[in-house]
Amino acid sequence: MDILLQQIINGLTTGSVYAIVALGYTMVYGVIQLINFAHGEVVMIGAMVAFTVIMALAGAGLPLPPFAIVLAGVLAAIPVCMALGYLLERLAYRPLRHAPRLAPLITAIGMSIVLQHLALLIWGRDPRAFPQIMENTSFAIGGTGGAAISSVQIAIILLSLALMAGLTWFVYRTRFGIAIRATAEDVRVAALMGVDADRMIAATFVIGAALAAVAGVMVGTYYGIAHYTMGFTLGLKAFSAAVLGGIGNLAGAMLGGLLLGLVEALGTGYISEITDLCRWPLIGDGGGLLTERCAADGHVVLFGSNYQDVFAFLVLILVLVFRPSGLLGERVSERA
Amino acid sequence: MSRKTIGIVLVALALLALPLVLTQVGTAWVRIANLAILFIFLSLGLNIVVGMAGLLDFGYVAFYAVGAYTWALLASPHFNLHLPFWAILPIGALFACVAGALLGAPTLRLRGDYLAIVTLGFGEIVRIFMNNLSAPFNVTNGPKGITRIDGLAVGGLDFRATDRFLGIDFTGPAKYYYVLLLLLLFVIAVNLRLQNSRIGRAWVAIREDEIAAKAAGIDTRNVKLLAFAMGASFGGIAGGMFAAMQGFVSPESFVLHESIMILAMVVLGGMGNVWGVIAGALLLSFVPEFLRYTVEPAQKMLFGRLLVEPEVLRMLVFGAALVLTMRFRPAGLWPESWHKREMREGEAA
Repeated sequence: MDILLQQIINGLTTGSVYAIVALGYTMVYGVIQLINFAHGEVVMIGAMVAFTVIMALAGAGLPLPPFAIVLAGVLAAIPVCMALGYLLERLAYRPLRHAPRLAPLITAIGMSIVLQHLALLIWGRDPRAFPQIMENTSFAIGGTGGAAISSVQIAIILLSLALMAGLTWFVYRTRFGIAIRATAEDVRVAALMGVDADRMIAATFVIGAALAAVAGVMVGTYYGIAHYTMGFTLGLKAFSAAVLGGIGNLAGAMLGGLLLGLVEALGTGYISEITDLCRWPLIGDGGGLLTERCAADGHVVLFGSNYQDVFAFLVLILVLVFRPSGLLGERVSERA
Repeated sequence: MSRKTIGIVLVALALLALPLVLTQVGTAWVRIANLAILFIFLSLGLNIVVGMAGLLDFGYVAFYAVGAYTWALLASPHFNLHLPFWAILPIGALFACVAGALLGAPTLRLRGDYLAIVTLGFGEIVRIFMNNLSAPFNVTNGPKGITRIDGLAVGGLDFRATDRFLGIDFTGPAKYYYVLLLLLLFVIAVNLRLQNSRIGRAWVAIREDEIAAKAAGIDTRNVKLLAFAMGASFGGIAGGMFAAMQGFVSPESFVLHESIMILAMVVLGGMGNVWGVIAGALLLSFVPEFLRYTVEPAQKMLFGRLLVEPEVLRMLVFGAALVLTMRFRPAGLWPESWHKREMREGEAA
């Protein structure tokens, strides 16, 4: 199997999900310069709601095609998440818009703890197996010895691209989108021009939450599992993706998401090979310190694929250190 | 004697007698008190970073972990090392301090919320390493953690066994209590002294307005780094004590949730105000324990069965408390008097 090609396919799949979640972070940040810390939990709730609906429909024995069942799950998750996004904005952000920056961050953490444990209360502590009703056919790429791409992967990538295109059209071509961008540019001036700034800010939360709902279903179907803690790491990675691309920038979030997915997949795919001490001269080969162990085991892997989650954080730290404004972001001056 | 002196003496006596009283109720409560002191210690350490210097650190537990693992590795059968406490505790503090400086150096130019996320990522990285550094060379023993860690032993005094002084039995946890109390007094003194020192004022200046602080001649980079390193060293000391007290460490004790808990103690109590932070830490240490013992019977009495697990309810209450406190008292329950004092001085002049 061609590892490189396979990891690129896997990376593009997870990367599209990161991109969709990252859009939610970046839109909110673009408008009010705050990190919506609870965004990851919205993704989780989306996955859970969809899971419940899909389970119910699949168990009811109706003669529905699998595609329709998953679609019903998505359509149920979207309004729930949108309501949740609105609620978050009203409860955790709007009252604190003029408070010190730290305050909304703490309320967001509070909300995210509450959401996580509400989910724990409703859906239980154990991971829920997402019903695999979609027929997951694999297509071979590059002939024998090539890689495989599954229909779920194709669906995720295509749907993400469609969502990204749709959002871009919405933000750049509709009146509503222009109003959102005006608010992001300058809340006060936008208000003077007749834009209802409060409504626009709430709208970014709601739109981000709708995207999060779709992302939640994608993750659930892809990994086949949903868990009340799944939102946290996913949210953190998506945030890293948004920062990587340049937070506040839509195209940046998309690019950052895909790049982060690729880095993570390739890193995970190759790290054990790279850090196999037996392949290193002086240490493993001939006369090295580990000759005996290498002869016995064949490999002495320093870092295996269990370090997968480290990559996203490493990328985040490196980006912030060397290019704090991200790949496509403009330089942000310090707020006085 | 003035009323203040009498008050201090009474508080001191109460604190000294506390473990003896608690031992009568149950040794478990002495342990809870010990952990509470440890958390006050940690939150005062974090208070230096977050409260005074205004650097939002979401990965503080990483330094706690460094200290705990240093003790665990240097005083357990794992590497067959059994160094004395006066060697390990400084080494642990030093390691934590270096870790703090390593994290701080590249990230300190970042703005508040970015710094928060990076420190959070750093904490996660440390945890992932603790979990996985068991192969190919077994350093941390992975998720299973390190067991049979040596306790604290000063001279011939073993802090695990029960000793009899003046006809009173002092159990192991009770003896740890006094050590922790001593350490706590130390960190309180450091915090109070720092508050009015040149460095402390520099931190507050940076917190309030970094550009103005820089213009006033403060070397912001070094001063911030100092806050980070100093906070981290306190975390390291607390970690060492934790390992000695529990005799067991595993990555599970150092998850992000702990960082958030410590941060919440600082923020809830009132950032920058030593007494506020102590109150916040006490509140968040004892209320969950209180809920643990009351939620179950209360539910059984009201509904006849357990509707919500105590642990879940505890977290729900905790999350809601964070939201409500920030909503109605954004500066914490007992905010520092710095601003007030500044105002008054302004009037007098």
